[in-house]
Amino acid sequence: MIHLTDIHKSYNLNTNPLHVLKGINLSIAEGELVAIMGASGSGKSTMLNILGILDEADSGTYTLDNTPIVKLNETKAAQYRNKFLGFVFQSFNLISYKTALENVSLPLYYQGLPRKERQKKAKEQLTKVGLGERTHHVPSELSGGEKQRVAIARALVTEPMVLLADEPTGALDTKTSYELMALLQEINDQGKTIVVITHESDIANMCKRIVYLRDGVIVEDKKIKQKKAKDYVE
Amino acid sequence: MWNRDRWLEVFETLRKNKLRAALSGFTIALGIFIFVTLYGFGNGLKNAFQEFFLDDATNTLWIYPAQTTKPYKGFKSRRNIEFKNDDLKDLETDFSLFLEGITPRISRGSQVSYLTESNSYTVRAVGPVHRAIEKSLVYAGRYINEIDVEQYSKHAVIGRLVAKDLFKSEDPLGKFVIINDIAFKVVGLFYDEGGDNEERMVYIPYTTQQRLLGGTDRVDQIVLTFRPEIGYQGALQLEANVKRFLKRKHHIDPDDPAGIYVRNVASDLKQNQDFASVLQYIVTFVGMGTLIAGIIGISNIMVYVVRERTKELGIRKAIGATPKSIIGMILHESIFITSVAGYVGLFAGVGTLALIGDKLEDFFIYNPQIHIGTAIFATFLLIGFGAIAGYVPAKRAARIKPIVALRDE
Repeated sequence: MIHLTDIHKSYNLNTNPLHVLKGINLSIAEGELVAIMGASGSGKSTMLNILGILDEADSGTYTLDNTPIVKLNETKAAQYRNKFLGFVFQSFNLISYKTALENVSLPLYYQGLPRKERQKKAKEQLTKVGLGERTHHVPSELSGGEKQRVAIARALVTEPMVLLADEPTGALDTKTSYELMALLQEINDQGKTIVVITHESDIANMCKRIVYLRDGVIVEDKKIKQKKAKDYVE
Repeated sequence: MWNRDRWLEVFETLRKNKLRAALSGFTIALGIFIFVTLYGFGNGLKNAFQEFFLDDATNTLWIYPAQTTKPYKGFKSRRNIEFKNDDLKDLETDFSLFLEGITPRISRGSQVSYLTESNSYTVRAVGPVHRAIEKSLVYAGRYINEIDVEQYSKHAVIGRLVAKDLFKSEDPLGKFVIINDIAFKVVGLFYDEGGDNEERMVYIPYTTQQRLLGGTDRVDQIVLTFRPEIGYQGALQLEANVKRFLKRKHHIDPDDPAGIYVRNVASDLKQNQDFASVLQYIVTFVGMGTLIAGIIGISNIMVYVVRERTKELGIRKAIGATPKSIIGMILHESIFITSVAGYVGLFAGVGTLALIGDKLEDFFIYNPQIHIGTAIFATFLLIGFGAIAGYVPAKRAARIKPIVALRDE
C-alpha cells in the first residue's frame, strides 16, 4: 500500500539547513494500524506531511497504491489527496461556520458529487462515528471528542485507502482519547489502513505496529499485540 | 464553473459571514453612491449655467453709447454719445452679410392703466427683431411688426403679469391701455422664461415712442443678432468691427476705451461654459478619486478576507480542493458581492438624485442627473477591479501549501 524508500527532507531555517528526515525506509500493508512515535523534533510530523502529499520529499521515492508520488503539481496533489487519503488533525481543522454535515460533505463537493448524494453519504458517515443526532451543529457547539469524530467522518466519507491521523488525541482527555481510539480500531477492523502519529505510548499500544522515530531515522519498527481501547473505556 | 453547487456554496459562505460580506459590499456601494451623486451634482451645476443663458438669444451684441474719455478731432472729452435711427440703418447696410436682425431699444418707466387699474411698468420701445432677442413667447395676438414701426401705430404687446394685474380675468386683446395719457391698443400677450420681471414689460413700436418723446430719432441702445454660423471667433471679430465703425462715425478716438460699449453674449456664454467645463473636470476628477478610493478599499478588504480565510483554504486544500477551485470560489464571491453592492449603490445614487430633483435650485444645482452609461461604466469598472483585487490574494492563497495554512492559527 505505502512504500517509502530512502526519504530525505531538509528545511532551510535561516541560513543553516535543518536535516529532518535522514533516509526513511518504510512499507505499510493494507489493513495495518501503525503508530509512528517519537519526541517532538524527531521528524514524525514531517513524515506524515510527506505521506499525506502535503509536503514533498527532497529525495527518495514514495509509492502509494502502486502510484508513484513524484513532482505533482498542486492540482494533481489535491486530486490524489481527495482520492487516496483522509486526514485527521490534532486541532480538528473543521470549518467553523459550517455544520457537521456540511463539513463532512465538503470533500465530496470537491469530487463533484451531486448535492443530494453528498448529504446522504455524509449523514451515513456521521451515523457511523456515532454523531447521527448532531449533524446540524457547528463545531463551536460540539465537544472536543465530537469535533474529532466529525473530522474522522470527513476523512472517511471519500472512502480513502489510507487514514492519516496527526496526534488525533492530542487535544482530548484520556477517556475521550480512548473512546476515539476505540472508534479508530473499529474502522481498522473493517479493513481500513490507518497511520497514527502520537507521542503517547498508551495510544501507540492500541495500534498493531509501532515505528519509533528519533532524529530523522527509524530506530525501531515492531509489531505488537494490540490493546483493545474498548477495555479501557468506562 | 458557474454551476448551481458553486452558487449554493457561495451563498452559504456569505450567509454565514454576514459581517464580512456586508463590509466589503458597503465599500463598493458607498463608492458608487458617492460617484453617482457627485457626478450628478456636477451635471446639475452645468445645467444651472445653461439655464441662465436660455432666457435670451446668445448670438447677440448689445451696443450702448457712453461718455468719451479722450478729446478727438476738435471734440472735447466727456462728450455724450447718442445713437440715432441712422446708426441702425448704417449698421444694417454695412454688416448685412453677418446680421440676422437689428433693433433699437428705448426703455422708459411709465404709468400704465386700464379702466380703474393702474400700475408702473417699464415700457420698451423696440422693433420686431426684439422678440427673438428676448425670446418672448407670444401666446395670444402678435408681436410688434414692421407695419407698426412704419405707421407709428399705437399698439402695445403686454407681458403675462401686466395682463394679470390690469385685466384680471378679462381678455386684454383689442382693449386699450393708457400709457402716459396716450391710449394704446393691446395687440399681443407674451410670457418669458426669464422670470417675473420680464413678464412685467410693455412693448411698443420704437417709432411711436420717438414721436411721443417730441419727434426725436434718438435710441438708447442697439441690439443686433448675428448669424450663428460665424462662430465664436467671428462674433469677436464682428464686435471689434462694429465698435470701430461706430467710433469712426461718431468721431471717437479709436484708442478711447469708452464712448461705445458692446456686450457680446457669445463671449459671456463662452466664459461661463468654460467655467462649467472646468467644474465638470473637477467633478470628474473627484469622482475618479472616489472610484479609486473604492477600488483601494475593496482591495484591502479582499486581502484581509483571504488572510482571514487562510486556514479555511488550507483545510479545503487538504481535503481535495484544487488551486483553481479555490481561486474560482473567492472570485465568484467577490464578483457577486461587488455586483450586488455596485447596483445597490448605483440605484441609491440615482434614486437620491431623482429625490433631490429641483430642491437644490437655490444652490445652482438644476436637475442633477448622471448619464446612465457613465454610471454603469463606473459600476462595471468597480466590479472589474473588485475581481482583480480578489484574484491577486486568491492566487497567492491557492499557491500556499496546505501545511503552512493549517499551521496558521
